Amino acid sequence: MRATRLGAALAAALATTLTLAGCGGGGEPAGAPEAAESQAPQGPVKLTYWTWAPNMDKIVDIWNKANPDIQVTVSKQAGGDDAAAKFLTAAKAGNPPDLVQAEYQHLPSFVAADAVADLKAETGAVKGEFGDGVWGLVTLGTEGVYAVPQDSGPMMLFYRQDLFDKYGIEVPKTWDEYAEAARAVRERDSGVHLGTFSSKDPGAFAGLAQQAGARWWSISGDAWKVDVADAATVKVADYWGGLVKEGAIDDMPYFTPEWNKALNDGKLLTWPSAVWAPGTLESNAPKAKGKWAIAPLPQWTAGENATGFWGGSSVAVAAKSPHRAAAARFVTWLNTDPEALDALVKQAAIYPAATKAQSALGEAPAYFGNQPDFWQQAAQYAAGARGFTFGPNVGVTYNAFRDGFDKALQDGSPFADAVRGMHEATVADMRKSGFSLAS
Amino acid sequence: MAATATRRSLGLAPTALLLLGAVYCLFPVSWVVIAATKSPGELFTTPTLAPGTGFFGNVAELFAYRDGVFWLWLLNTLLYAGGGALLSTAVSAVSGYALAKFRFPGRTVIFNALIGGVLVPAVVLAIPQYLLFSKIGLADTYWAVLLPQILHPYGIYLARVYAGAAIPDSLLEAGRIDGASEWRLMSRVAVPLMAPGLVTIFLFQFVAIWNNFLLPFIMLGDDGKFPLTVGLYTLLMAGSNQPSLYNLILTGALLSIIPLIALFLTMQRYWRTDLSSGAVK
Repeated sequence: MRATRLGAALAAALATTLTLAGCGGGGEPAGAPEAAESQAPQGPVKLTYWTWAPNMDKIVDIWNKANPDIQVTVSKQAGGDDAAAKFLTAAKAGNPPDLVQAEYQHLPSFVAADAVADLKAETGAVKGEFGDGVWGLVTLGTEGVYAVPQDSGPMMLFYRQDLFDKYGIEVPKTWDEYAEAARAVRERDSGVHLGTFSSKDPGAFAGLAQQAGARWWSISGDAWKVDVADAATVKVADYWGGLVKEGAIDDMPYFTPEWNKALNDGKLLTWPSAVWAPGTLESNAPKAKGKWAIAPLPQWTAGENATGFWGGSSVAVAAKSPHRAAAARFVTWLNTDPEALDALVKQAAIYPAATKAQSALGEAPAYFGNQPDFWQQAAQYAAGARGFTFGPNVGVTYNAFRDGFDKALQDGSPFADAVRGMHEATVADMRKSGFSLAS
Repeated sequence: MAATATRRSLGLAPTALLLLGAVYCLFPVSWVVIAATKSPGELFTTPTLAPGTGFFGNVAELFAYRDGVFWLWLLNTLLYAGGGALLSTAVSAVSGYALAKFRFPGRTVIFNALIGGVLVPAVVLAIPQYLLFSKIGLADTYWAVLLPQILHPYGIYLARVYAGAAIPDSLLEAGRIDGASEWRLMSRVAVPLMAPGLVTIFLFQFVAIWNNFLLPFIMLGDDGKFPLTVGLYTLLMAGSNQPSLYNLILTGALLSIIPLIALFLTMQRYWRTDLSSGAVK
């Protein structure tokens, strides 16, 4: 993907320039205003907030009206890996925004660069509002709290109910059944696939690995422990590699015009995706409205209720922000206050990370009008979601995923090799960047 | 008879090649035109080259998106491209004229440094420039995008070459003998002669700034200052859990090339130059 390459190029170029210039960042701009704030606040505190959530400006207006002394300005950015690279660049140059939307997988890189503030003192009261799985993503398993969770993406199986009926297929409860169903579909109609494996979406793969119990990174003491090619991940990779190889499922990437067309035309019957998928389906496959349904992700062991996370983000406060206390107050309001959460759900169309708000979700998304208990079902599946701590160089790992799996698809080499390639690239990059690794 | 025949057969291959080139360049544009007419539902379901029915819906939706932020981006782009290209052309004209027509110590060094500058892609400079602008507190301002594009080595190089060829020394000498000041000589004698070259520089810079992505992407944090390229990118990368607004992006891309086409069509006539404009005798 062009976008990711750009992100990588940005990061690489930034690293080189910083070393060359020996740039110490801008200590000066941060220091002076801090003193000003602690003395006598002259006029309202002004905060800038980089986010890509839709309609966030309207949600922030609610806060701005109620809090004339803390005025937040939303600057809508492009999301994705480039957003993380851009924030890191701005933080290093000394003029980051006060608040920034941070995808869970990018937060550790912000922490490693000392770009975000530890909000432990300010967020103690709201810890209970979030599930342990999601909270772990913002603490990275340490004592600190580096962001407040905003949305999360527990994974589930989206499937074409009408076509399952047509082909006489049961909703698979285990991955073995999923494989059987995939073969059955191919027999009934050679133009249709049960699903596809995307070599462009490492986030989805990470979620599936999390479901299987993978722990790619963990922190032990002062050192990182990296195990991208652990047994669980290799198991997941081999499973999908086998299905692709025998032709039981397709290998087109997600979010491409080709994929959109296949969804529209009913050529793809399932999508193991996250709770935010209705938005994507609605805009990319409008013809199939009311024909999709959700079920738990197939399990590795029958009877379990495990799933992983795909996507989701938090809101962090820049370490250089001169108004940390005000920013922290806004962030906790935005992600725990009932009025704010209601607006987030309705206007920004996110799946809130706050537990209470999840159960308060009422009407099913319009696209899923055929499944009125959509949110209740989703909450049930989400209860079994487990994530893992992301490392400080997820970008490298994810790029290695794309390169490795592209190659595996092209020349038919085993998927497990691609996973091992991811592990090696990750470890090599962390060594190079000077992280201490526990063996 | 024979001569015409050979000329025809010779002309066939180049014509075919040019036609091929034209198709190669115009096909993506025609794809954008067609895709922009499709409503979100039609975009991925109808045949690629079949026009859709949603063009006006797309345009209305684009203009309504975030209370018409598209217009703001368009104005920003016009400011960056128009202002940047004008300033850049002025700087190029003065420097090129000076380098071509005055002998002063260091002239060759400056010119060689400029040639070196032509070889450095602007993309490489974007991040160092960002760090510099951050230091002087100009990051995330209009100047952050305008200033780096004003000094354009290639433009100065072009202006120098053009001034060297288009302005006869004797004309300047005649002016000096008549008592014209250097400013008057440049503005009344040199610049009119250089006009076709300056138009080229202006267009070059205008298009380059219009399409520039990386510099504004890095420099600007405030979405109210975004140009179209960065603004449309926010629609494309709407976040991993939000759908990309393809129909708005396509329509926005189509609308954003219309000013460029209009500019080319209107500026074309300045390329025409005739004997009288530079005649010494």
